Amino acid sequence: MRSAGAWRDAGLYGLLDEITNSAEEVPRFLAVGSACVLALLRWASSFHGSLFPHLTLSSDEMVAEFSQMLDWSDSALRSFAWHPHTDKFAVALLDDSIRIYKSNSSATPTLKHRCQRSVCALQWKPLCGSALAVACQSCLLIWHVDPTSLSTRPSSGCAQVLSHPGHSPITSIAWSPTGSLLVSASPVDTAMMVWDVAAESAVPLQRVGGGGVTYLSWSPDGSRLLAATPSALFRVWETRMWTCERWPCLKGSCQVRKLRKLSITVFELMYAFIYFFKLTFFSQTSWDPRGERLAVLLKVIAVFKTRSSPVFELLPCGFVMGEAGAEPRFMQFHPHFQHGALLTVCWSDGRISHVPFYFSSAGLLGGDSPQQALASNTADHSSNKLYTEQIS
Amino acid sequence: MAATAIYSYAWLVPLALWVLLIAWSVLLLPVTAAVFVLLSRFSLFHPIQWISECTSLLTASSTIFSLVVLCGVVLITGLFNLEFYTLVPSIPCSRMALLGTVLHPRQCVHSLVYCTMGMLVMWCASVTIGGRYSTLGIPCRGSGFNNCIPVVTCLNEYHLFLLLAGAFMGYSHSFLGVVQNMYYVSFQPIQQYKYPRFKGCLPMVVKCSVIQSLYSARNFAALYFFFGYAPKTWISSTLHLQIDSSLQPLDSLTGLLDFSLLYHLTISGTFLYFTWYLTVLLFRIYVTEAYSFPVQSTFTEDAEQCLPKVLAETNTLVMKFFALQDLALLSQHSLSRRLEVFCLSQPGGHPHNWNAISRECLSLLSELTQRLVAHQDAVASNGRVKSQSASSDTRSASLSSSGKTPRLGVPLRTPGSVFKSSVGGVHSALTAPFTPDVDSPFSSPAIRRLVGQQEPRSPWFGTVQSPHIMRRGPKLWSASTGSSRFTVIPLHGLETPVNSCSCHTLNCSAQVKSFLAKRVLIVYLFNKLPEASSQALFADSQVHIWALQGLSHLVAASFSEDQFGVVQTTLPNILSCLVVLLEAVDRHFKLPHASSKPARAVCRMGDSTYKTLRFALRAALKTAIYKITTTFGEHLNAVNISTEHRKRLQQFLEFKE
Repeated sequence: MRSAGAWRDAGLYGLLDEITNSAEEVPRFLAVGSACVLALLRWASSFHGSLFPHLTLSSDEMVAEFSQMLDWSDSALRSFAWHPHTDKFAVALLDDSIRIYKSNSSATPTLKHRCQRSVCALQWKPLCGSALAVACQSCLLIWHVDPTSLSTRPSSGCAQVLSHPGHSPITSIAWSPTGSLLVSASPVDTAMMVWDVAAESAVPLQRVGGGGVTYLSWSPDGSRLLAATPSALFRVWETRMWTCERWPCLKGSCQVRKLRKLSITVFELMYAFIYFFKLTFFSQTSWDPRGERLAVLLKVIAVFKTRSSPVFELLPCGFVMGEAGAEPRFMQFHPHFQHGALLTVCWSDGRISHVPFYFSSAGLLGGDSPQQALASNTADHSSNKLYTEQIS
Repeated sequence: MAATAIYSYAWLVPLALWVLLIAWSVLLLPVTAAVFVLLSRFSLFHPIQWISECTSLLTASSTIFSLVVLCGVVLITGLFNLEFYTLVPSIPCSRMALLGTVLHPRQCVHSLVYCTMGMLVMWCASVTIGGRYSTLGIPCRGSGFNNCIPVVTCLNEYHLFLLLAGAFMGYSHSFLGVVQNMYYVSFQPIQQYKYPRFKGCLPMVVKCSVIQSLYSARNFAALYFFFGYAPKTWISSTLHLQIDSSLQPLDSLTGLLDFSLLYHLTISGTFLYFTWYLTVLLFRIYVTEAYSFPVQSTFTEDAEQCLPKVLAETNTLVMKFFALQDLALLSQHSLSRRLEVFCLSQPGGHPHNWNAISRECLSLLSELTQRLVAHQDAVASNGRVKSQSASSDTRSASLSSSGKTPRLGVPLRTPGSVFKSSVGGVHSALTAPFTPDVDSPFSSPAIRRLVGQQEPRSPWFGTVQSPHIMRRGPKLWSASTGSSRFTVIPLHGLETPVNSCSCHTLNCSAQVKSFLAKRVLIVYLFNKLPEASSQALFADSQVHIWALQGLSHLVAASFSEDQFGVVQTTLPNILSCLVVLLEAVDRHFKLPHASSKPARAVCRMGDSTYKTLRFALRAALKTAIYKITTTFGEHLNAVNISTEHRKRLQQFLEFKE
C-alpha cells in the first residue's frame, strides 16, 4: 500500500527508497536488492548530473531556479499574468491558490485544485475569454473560468489536467498567438510538448542537447518559438514544419540569474538581437507592446525609451523604485494599454503595483510627450494597497 | 506539383504511398529481426558466444528465408492498411452494433488473414529461436516394451504453443483494431517532416507493442491452460504425431510457469506486434502528410487541381481533407497564397477564388449546424413522447424520429476506404447499418438476423434505442399484457393469476427467469453507449475545424491584405453562419453525456482523437469568432447582421464567452 503510494508520488526512486527504508518489514533480499538498484541509479544520475548540473536539484529547487519570478521559493507571489485582451489578471499565491482580478468587477475568483502545487507559470489563452493555463509541479492545468459567472470558487471540474510521464516539473508554458496550441517545457525533459488542449493530446518535440527546456516564448506573429535550455544553448523553432536552429548563447548562459550581474552595456549589445525577434526572451527584460518602452529589472527597474526607425535608439528614461526594502521580483507590461504603456511590478513584500506611462505613440506624433505617473485604479491589489512610484 | 490531372492523382497517391510504405517497412525489417535475434538468444554469462551465435544465425539461410516470409507478411499488412483505413471513424452506438462490426464478413476475412499472418510470423520466430522450438515434430521414443522400439515422431508442444500464440495475437490485433479504431487516421495538430515524426513516435510504438504483447501473453497462457488440450489432440491426431508423455504437458500450471518459455513468448509477441504497428505508423505518417494545392493556375488544363476545385470535390474524401488542411495552413502561414485568394479574375474582375472557397466552407459549416439541430430535435421529441409513458406512442415516435434524423452530407459520413471514388456497393451497404448513421439498429436486416430469436412485434421492439426507456427495462416487459396504461405493473402482478395453476408455476417462473436473463443480456447489448451518439455526430469534424481556421484567418487577414474588398461582401454571411453554429453547439453540449470527457487512453496504438473532436470543434469555433471580432473590433457594428447575432458578437467583443 505504502509502496504504491510512493510509486505514485515519486516514481521508481520513491518506491526503492520506501523499500530500502522499511527493511525490517520486507524480505531481506528485496531490501538489499532495492538498495543496490538505488545506489546504481544514483551513481548513473550523478554522472548525468555532472553533465547537466540542474538535474541534481530537487523538483522545488528546480522550479525556484527556473521560474520567471525571482526568489520564487520565499516569494508571496508565485506568478502573474495579464489577460492578453481585457483588463484582467491572474496571480498565483504562496498557498498554491490562484486569484483572478478584474477591472470592473469586485468578484475575485479563487482557483484551487488538488494537483495545483508549486505554480511556476501562468498564461491566459489568446483569443479566448476564459482559459488560463497553469504550470504546476506535476502537471499542466487548464482552468476554464466563465467570465460572466459570479462564483468565487470555481469547482475543480472546470479544470483540465494535462500530464505526460516524465514531463514535470513544468517551468514554462506558451500559448501560440492564435490560441490553437500550447507548448510546455520542463527542465528535466529534453522534449517539449505541443498540446492540443481540447483533445488533451501532446506531440513531443525532442532534441537531446541542452538537457532540458526551461523557457519558451512565441514571436508575436506566431512564426517562431524560442526554447531556452539550462546550458549554454537555445533553439529557435520555426512553427510551420517545426524544425529548429541551434543558437549558442551570447554570454555563456541563458539563465536568468546571471543576467542580474550583467551591466547595461551588455544589454545594449543584445538589443539588436532582441528587437530582431521581437521577443522578450529574457524574463526580466520586458518590452511594451508598442515597442517604445523597455524595462530592465536590476535591483531597481530601469526604463528606457526605444525607437526603431530610422535607426535604433535607446534612451535612458528613468527608474522605478519600490518602498524601502522592497525589491522587484517580476514585471510585465499591460498588453493593450490605450494611453501609452502600463508596467505591472510584483515586489518582494507581496505587493503589486501598476505604473502607467502616458505618452503618444512616436509613430504618430514623431516625439514623446512628457510622461506623468499617476496612481492607477485599474486593478485590485493583492494586499489591498495601491501605490505607484514616481518616475525620477 | 506535377501536371497530373486530379483523377489520376487520386490513383497515384495511394500507389506511391503504398510503394514507399512497403519500401520503408521492408528496409526496417532486418533491423527489427536482428534485434529480435539478439534478444531471443540472450545469455548473460556467455556474451562472446552469444554475439558469435547471433551473427552466424543472421547470415544463415533459414533466417534469410524467414525474412522473405516476413516481407510477405509486411506486404499484406500494408495492403490491409490501405484497404481498411478511414479518415472518419465508425463509432458503434451500442454493443450490438460493435458485435455486428466484429462479425461482419469483411472483418472476419481480416481476422482470418491476421491469424494466418500471426502464425507465419511466429513460425519464423520459433525457427529463429531454434532449440526446442524449431520444428513441429521431434523424434522421440514411443512407448514400447523393449529398447528396440523404432524412433517415432512426437508432437513438439513448444512449437505448437508459439504457433497458437501467433494465431491468438493475430486475432486479438484484428479484434482490437475494430474496438480501438486502429485504422482511423487522425491528423496531427502540428506539421512535421516525416523522419522527425517517425523518430518521435518510435518509442511510443515500442512501448505499445511490449505492453500489448505482455497482455496477449497473459491472456493466451490463461486460455491455453484451460483449452490447450483440444488443439493439441486435434493436431496430433490429424498429423499422426504422438504425444510424448514423458515431457511435462504445457497446459498445466508447472508447464506454463517456465520462465524461458514465457520470455520467448513475450519477445516473439513484441516482434510480431512491432512489425504490424510499425506498418500502421508509417502508413499514418505518409497518409497525413500535407499537400499544397495551387490557388489558381494560368493554364486551364491545370484548373482541375486548384484549391477551389478540389475543395468542391465530393467524390474523394481524402482530397477534401487535404484541400481543407491546405486551406487552413495557407491562411495562417502564406501571405502570397492568401493574396491569390483575394485577387480578382482577369478579365471580368470577379473574386472567383474567394467565392468558391467561402461558399464551400460555409456549406460545410451549415451542414454541421443542420445535423446538430436535427439531432437535438430528435432527442427533444423522444423526451417529450417518453413523458407520456405510452409505449405504443414511444415506439412510433422513436421510430419516426430515427427515420427523420436526416443524414446530410452523406459523402463525408460514409466510412470505409476513402480512396474509392464511389463509396457505394456491397461494402458500404453492409457496413452502414453498423455505423451510428442509422440510429435504429433494427432498421438493418443484418442485425435482425443476428437477433433472430426476437420477433419484431415484441413489446420492446423499437423502444430499445431510447436509453431512458431501457433503464426501466423490467417494467416495460409487462407492456406485453396488452395494456399500455400499466407500464409500471410490477412483475408479481403478472404472476398472481398464474399462481392458480400450481403445475404451471414452476414452468412459468422458469420461463420468466430465462426470459429476463435473456433480456438482461439484450439490454446490455442494445443499450446505447453514452457519448457514442455525440461522438458520432462529430466524427468528421476535423474538416469543420480546418474550415473554421481557414475562414477565420482569411477574414482576419483580409482586414489588411484584401485590396478589393472581396471579403466584405460575404462577411455578414460568415458571421451569422458562425453564430448559428455556435448556438447549435452550445445547445448540443447541454445534452446529457455530451460534455463528459472520455477517459484518457493509456498506451495503445488505436487513435482516440475522434472522442474529443467535439471539444476541439467548440474551441476552434470560439477561437475563430474571437479572431474575427478582435481583428475588426468596432468595425463590426457596420456589418449588416441581425440583432441577436450582433448581441452575441458583442459578448465576444467584450471577451465574455
